Amino acid sequence: MHELGIVFYIIRDVKEAAEANHVDHVSGVVMNIGEVSTVVPEYLTDCWRWAADKEELLKGCELKVCTIPAVSFCEDCRQEYETVRYGRTCPHCHGENTYLLRGNEVEIKEIEVPDCPL
Amino acid sequence: MEPIKIIEIKKSIFADNNIDADELRDELKKKGVYLLNLMSSPGSGKTTTLIRTINLLKDKIRIAVMEADIDSDVDAVKIKEATGIPSIQLHTGGMCHLDAEMTRQGLDSVPMEDLDLVILENVGNLVCPAEFDTGSCRNAMILSVPEGDDKPLKYPLMFSVCDVVVINKIDVLPYFDFDIDKCREYVRMRNPKAQVIPICAKTGEGVDVFADWILREVENWKK
Ligand SMILES: Nc1nc2c(ncn2[C@@H]2O[C@H](COP(=O)(O)OP(=O)(O)O)[C@@H](O)[C@H]2O)c(=O)[nH]1
Ligand SMILES: [Mg+2]
Ligand SMILES: [Zn+2]
Ligand SMILES: [Zn+2]
Repeated sequence: MHELGIVFYIIRDVKEAAEANHVDHVSGVVMNIGEVSTVVPEYLTDCWRWAADKEELLKGCELKVCTIPAVSFCEDCRQEYETVRYGRTCPHCHGENTYLLRGNEVEIKEIEVPDCPL
Repeated sequence: MEPIKIIEIKKSIFADNNIDADELRDELKKKGVYLLNLMSSPGSGKTTTLIRTINLLKDKIRIAVMEADIDSDVDAVKIKEATGIPSIQLHTGGMCHLDAEMTRQGLDSVPMEDLDLVILENVGNLVCPAEFDTGSCRNAMILSVPEGDDKPLKYPLMFSVCDVVVINKIDVLPYFDFDIDKCREYVRMRNPKAQVIPICAKTGEGVDVFADWILREVENWKK
């Protein structure tokens, strides 16, 4: 269970971004979470609710998760395949010279802030 | 509905830590202090292995240990009593890993100018410590025989970030279907560069190989 730790890093980065953009309330945070990132989205949103409501900047702020499918690349036949389904072995040529192209992201995609035109 | 504005961020939550870790490594290089990050599951034998290893090295180089595996100071006290070297307890507040900032805070409380080697006993966990660069010069991990030879398949990231994989508790090999050759092969698949060192921390068998590896690393770091 490391999602709470991750939530603290998200809060730190969102605070930084809010300050840089002169924002005093954030209503939504959108995360890109890779399928093989080891982060469990449901745990993340639960931990988020608990921790975010303790921050004035983030009261009621919703955490949304975009799941990024994991894709691997085979160096032998130079084709892509679904990592979760086939693991390290290429389904096209059965080669083992494969690496992850994407799918281990834990990144803040964007934040949503109330838009009050002055 | 209230109108909202979207601000694009697109930043990995590991980004700041990676910068902190690189800075810390640069500083360690300048000071000629080698930081080794030791990881494993709980109970694989980190503390026992450290005591054996330190006793082989302490007359050759100046060593300190930073203990983070558990929040109580039993391991730190055990190491100090069994080796006589300085050993401090880091308080992780229940975090499942250490990051570069926490490691730096720990280093601030050891006498860096009087040391050649600092060993960090990381939190017992095979997932998160692999994701957070501590700023160490190298990572080592311990896999113990009862955990099974297929751990490299289940925790690929951990094995891919380690330069050394110590296989501990080889005294119990007769009681488990742990195949060392198979394990070597699984490690190689994840990380062709990793060295595999079988040991028994209980009797000390093989620990000299690990100690020699550390000694060479420290010498190279100081060049
Ligand atoms: N049989 C056997 N037991 C060991 C060996 N090394 C450590 N242990 C035992 O494993 C348990 C956990 O060891 P410890 O060093 O505290 O593990 P840590 O939690 O990773 O620091 C202790 O009871 C040790 O005595 C070994 O080589 N063989
Ligand atoms: Mg220990
Ligand atoms: Zn964790
Ligand atoms: Zn292929």
